[in-house]
Amino acid sequence: MPSTQHAIEITGLNKWFDDFHALKDINLTISQGERVVICGPSGSGKSTLIRCINDLETHQSGEIIVDDTQANIGMVFQQFNLFPHLTVQQNLTLGPMKALGLSKADAEERAMKFLERVRIPEQADKKPRHLSGGQQQRVAIARSLCMSPEIMLFDEPTSALDPEMIAEVLDVMTDLADDGMTMIVVTHEMGFARKVADRMVFMDGGEIIETGTPKEFFSTPKSKRCKLFLEQILQH
Amino acid sequence: MRLNTFYAVFSLLLLTGCASTSNTWGWYVINPNTPSGLANIKFLLNGFGATISLSVIAALMSMAIGLFVALPSISQNRWVRLPSRVYVEIIRAIPLLPMLFWVFYGLPVIFKSMGLNISIDPFWGAIITLAISDSAFTAEIYRSGIQSVSKGQTEAAKTVGLNYVQTMRYVILPQAIRRILPPLANQFIYIVKMSAFASVIGMQELTRRANELVVTEYRPLEIYTLLILEYLVLVLIISFGVRWLERKMDADESK
Ligand SMILES: Nc1ncnc2c1ncn2[C@@H]1O[C@H](COP(=O)(O)OP(=O)(O)OP(=O)(O)O)[C@@H](O)[C@H]1O
Ligand SMILES: [Mg+2]
Repeated sequence: MPSTQHAIEITGLNKWFDDFHALKDINLTISQGERVVICGPSGSGKSTLIRCINDLETHQSGEIIVDDTQANIGMVFQQFNLFPHLTVQQNLTLGPMKALGLSKADAEERAMKFLERVRIPEQADKKPRHLSGGQQQRVAIARSLCMSPEIMLFDEPTSALDPEMIAEVLDVMTDLADDGMTMIVVTHEMGFARKVADRMVFMDGGEIIETGTPKEFFSTPKSKRCKLFLEQILQH
Repeated sequence: MRLNTFYAVFSLLLLTGCASTSNTWGWYVINPNTPSGLANIKFLLNGFGATISLSVIAALMSMAIGLFVALPSISQNRWVRLPSRVYVEIIRAIPLLPMLFWVFYGLPVIFKSMGLNISIDPFWGAIITLAISDSAFTAEIYRSGIQSVSKGQTEAAKTVGLNYVQTMRYVILPQAIRRILPPLANQFIYIVKMSAFASVIGMQELTRRANELVVTEYRPLEIYTLLILEYLVLVLIISFGVRWLERKMDADESK
């Protein structure tokens, strides 16, 4: 369960791409251990918001305060973004060795631990392109975990996957949630959201339109836009 | 294939040469069976050392300068990009020969006005000019190679804590190298050919030696034919090397 300690505090955040106002006055506080699922139509600013949190995008006004004890933020991308020229194991050891200064042996031990956690230790010596999409995304999750993050960001981690591979990735994410990781997940997998989320955030047009527990959110959405979105997405 | 075509053309030339009764061809000038012919051949072939070292050093310098110019050129910040852009546009626009004259004859004047007594010897004058002139092209090769690696790679590297240098060193350049090496090797062929210009500032490489021999022997046809052959051999060897490299990279790729 989320604690009362804040992990991330976002206040009055505004982001422009040239003249395009992509994020409008975003206020959002996330507690340590909280699982937040962000959804909303395409172009609503979901990716931009989580990319601002880990500095992949700059913002023009407002503040994003990440608690000192939560400074390591991992990220999982829709397109995996594994390093194609390295083996699975090397993908996992690069950060720990170069950024954390671990020895090769320690980094490899850590890599194997997390490969086991995402259930693919036998793929360690392969190049990413020889793995299925689901396996690649699990490697990407393990790569993030190797950096001992306090917070994990997921940007539509299953959108690029064939349907039969979605479950294996969501299972790994559910395990993580059960272990108490602070997670911010952009996804349209509403089954996962129902099961895992402490809080739902609905965005549209660069704004947070509403937030609520999954229960409130799915049964009695307050705004019209949110209702419409849920109808569309749950039809499929 | 290319070799065969060359042999065909070359033997045709020889045949027409032999067929004509006049003294169009006089191969004696480089006939290795006569002492003077042998000496002449040795004199010509001795230019290989200079041509090769000129080209190799200039190419290495060009690769270093090119990287130095290319890295800012992929910045998000236009003011960081600007100097690289200007450098590439200007250097690319200057023909090699005038630049060579400027460096060799002009630059020492500037040095002198600054109270420095630096003369530029033909070897280093040629190398610096070749390297700078070529660096505009290598910079562009690096830039397009680096930009061929998706932005997601840089972002992923950042999320696992790598800094700029580490990201370049371990993530971007190893991937970009596949796009960079083949055109870079082709650029090396260019340098080899352009190194002939070093002859005009007195560098004793292949072309200069051929010129000097022509002046004493009055046999331009044979000597320049051999000169062309010398460059051809050099370039073909490099081409084969490039081909080999590409095959090896493809093989590594499919591992
Ligand atoms: N680098 C960029 N330059 C200009 N505009 C951008 C850039 N990145 C995003 N945008 C714009 O900002 C808006 C929000 O984009 P964002 O990617 O955050 O949406 P999203 O909610 O993640 O959508 P999707 O579900 O399609 O991933 C979009 O209109 C998009 O076109
Ligand atoms: Mg998105």
